[in-house]
Amino acid sequence: MGAEKMALVLNDEQQMLRDSAKSFIQQSSPVSALRELRDRGEEWSADLWAGMAEMGWTGITIPEEYDGLEFGHVGAGLIFEECGRTLASSPLLSTSLVCASLINALGSDEQKRSLLPRIAGGELILTLALSESDHLDPAATAMTADADADGFVLAGEKRHVIDGNIANRLLVLARTGGVPGDRDGLSLFIVDRDSAPLGIDTTLNADNRLTATISFESLRVGRDALLGDAGAAWQQLERALDIGAVFSAAELLGLAQEAFERTLGYLKERKQFGVLIGSFQGLQHRAAQLFCELELCKSAVLKALQVIDKDGPERSLLASLAKAKMAKTAKLAVNEAVQMHGGIGMTDEFDIGFYMKRAAAACQEYGDYYYHADRFAKLRGY
Amino acid sequence: MSDSDEFRQQTRAWLEENCPASMRRPIRSDKDQCWGGRNWVFESEDQRLWLERMAERGWTAPQWPAEYGGGGLTREQAKILQQEMARILARRPLESFGIDMLGPALFKFASEEQKKRFIPEIIRGEIRWCQGYSEPNAGSDLASLQTRADDKGDHYLVNGSKVWTSYADKSDWIFCLVRTNFEAPKHQGISFLLFDMASPGVSTNPVRLISGNSPFCETVFENVKVPKENLVGELNKGWDIAKYLLTHEREMIGGFGLSRAGSETLGQTALAALGEAQGQLAANGLRSDISDFEIDEMAFALTIERVVDEAKAGHGTGAASSVLKLYGTELNKARNELLMSIGGSGALAWGSEGKMSMAQNWLRSKGNSIEGGSSEIQLNIIAKRILGLPG
Repeated sequence: MGAEKMALVLNDEQQMLRDSAKSFIQQSSPVSALRELRDRGEEWSADLWAGMAEMGWTGITIPEEYDGLEFGHVGAGLIFEECGRTLASSPLLSTSLVCASLINALGSDEQKRSLLPRIAGGELILTLALSESDHLDPAATAMTADADADGFVLAGEKRHVIDGNIANRLLVLARTGGVPGDRDGLSLFIVDRDSAPLGIDTTLNADNRLTATISFESLRVGRDALLGDAGAAWQQLERALDIGAVFSAAELLGLAQEAFERTLGYLKERKQFGVLIGSFQGLQHRAAQLFCELELCKSAVLKALQVIDKDGPERSLLASLAKAKMAKTAKLAVNEAVQMHGGIGMTDEFDIGFYMKRAAAACQEYGDYYYHADRFAKLRGY
Repeated sequence: MSDSDEFRQQTRAWLEENCPASMRRPIRSDKDQCWGGRNWVFESEDQRLWLERMAERGWTAPQWPAEYGGGGLTREQAKILQQEMARILARRPLESFGIDMLGPALFKFASEEQKKRFIPEIIRGEIRWCQGYSEPNAGSDLASLQTRADDKGDHYLVNGSKVWTSYADKSDWIFCLVRTNFEAPKHQGISFLLFDMASPGVSTNPVRLISGNSPFCETVFENVKVPKENLVGELNKGWDIAKYLLTHEREMIGGFGLSRAGSETLGQTALAALGEAQGQLAANGLRSDISDFEIDEMAFALTIERVVDEAKAGHGTGAASSVLKLYGTELNKARNELLMSIGGSGALAWGSEGKMSMAQNWLRSKGNSIEGGSSEIQLNIIAKRILGLPG
């Protein structure tokens, strides 16, 4: 952290963004919208995505020269917090934060010019095709990209690709050198999903979102598909995954706060034994404990967002701090929420169950508690 | 050069010149911490000089107004002073309940005459204060206290007893909660009195703790005469002062949750004690517990930072002190548990006079979540005052 220390508070501009994000999301994508999607057998809403593009969110951190808002990550984090509160489903994180940051950092002028303005405008959906197993482990990537005279041949399978069913472009991580476990030798390729012959299987998850398993059977791509230098993707990949982890934490912060506030509301209206259940000390103390944990989460998430903006040296440590603390607390929040709601919390008719399901998925995205607690320890030298 | 850069340079130069070398070494025993007061025996001439020099500038209480002998520094400047002291590992020149607890309450509630009388001697470390709050039958239920002060015309006559009076046997004066109205509801019959511990009728008896030392006393008052001018604030309105002061105490105790600046992290301690295997700490279960702890520790430190920044920006919650007290003390207990596990059988050794061993520090930490309002009381406060839960 540099000498110039940023105060851990929001400025006026950020406060205004939060207010407008809240009112947009609560109107266009309340929790009832998720229920309607689910009941219709759908997973996302193109209308919501168009609305987000109109708000400028799809270009929130993209530089102005590529038609983005260049607003900064702290502001963008507030949007995700609000999306977390209503469980709004969109490809915003994979497209506009994770993939956009990779293209902006690694792309040629040509690649940036052709992709970033279309991302900012909401025309293109992108996702990172990274995992090959059930647990995040980027260095373990085994998928190969063999160079030949015209370009590369991609072979392997990617699993749990978030938004893989709707993305127009995939950023595919594959090995141009080294062996699984090496950080060197990893490269990123831009694959046009709309035109490439890919085997795509989708899985509907507990949170009513789809992830994809994508098979690349000797898929031929041109040299211009390579993003950045061959074999040197690691550094920027790590940054993009830090961004993914922090924004996933921001989403969970909104989700956990909302679950907590709904629970608090229930404690103040539900009567048993002739009194409000919120008057029982056994419940009060658990609520108070959870409140404290959420206060710590707010600080950790805000700090991590600020450090991404400054690209400070402690970025990875603070990203892992934020995701680990948030994942653990979000689980506590949704578990307490269902338990304190009692029987009604177990019913599908009641919304709190949606929070538990989405929390479970968001905890996995970009690394779960164990991944980040282990990484935190490594970064601290033990 | 900005004003704060200039202040930093001047402060650095002054500290370089005036902080004796021996006052820049880590604290090793109780005597290394200077508490001042009438009975204080300075451990060294350097300790005396350091206190004298800092007190002269008012830097024992950097942000207190200069007209009472304080440093008159802005928050920003005080932070710079703190950073510059930490840079050369300078010890705090004075440990003081007068500064950490009583002073802020005097500024808010005392008469001008009282401020002029008591505050300068607190800053100079001439009078050591103790706090008379808890009683044998009034612990977590503090407001049920029974120590009485009867109006005898020109003075109050104080009778009763206090427990957990920190360092009462070494202190010169006490700020004490007494009951002045037995008819009123319990919160409305309490007053806030200051008196000299050398007054006839005051006796103290140190209580030996599980950690082996005796920082706390049982303090008995038998017909102690206290001049009426020593009442702070209004009669029977002492609970407001008590609450205000407890908020400060909580913040101070909550700070225990932070590891000291410059000290090694728990992970480093564990590495040194247990070694590495396959590039990481050689004890897997402990490693997970340590990272879990350090994640909370770092998030807690950021929360203190955020609370301070929010207060500066004018939208503080005010209720944060309970959160900090609760979390900080629980963290400190967790740290000590982990340190005991890292040390293993080697951590069990009992210390010698004036120097606490690991095991004794571990035992002492258990009191953190009891003193200054127990963790359960803090949870009650959070549930009712912040979350608005009924009952």
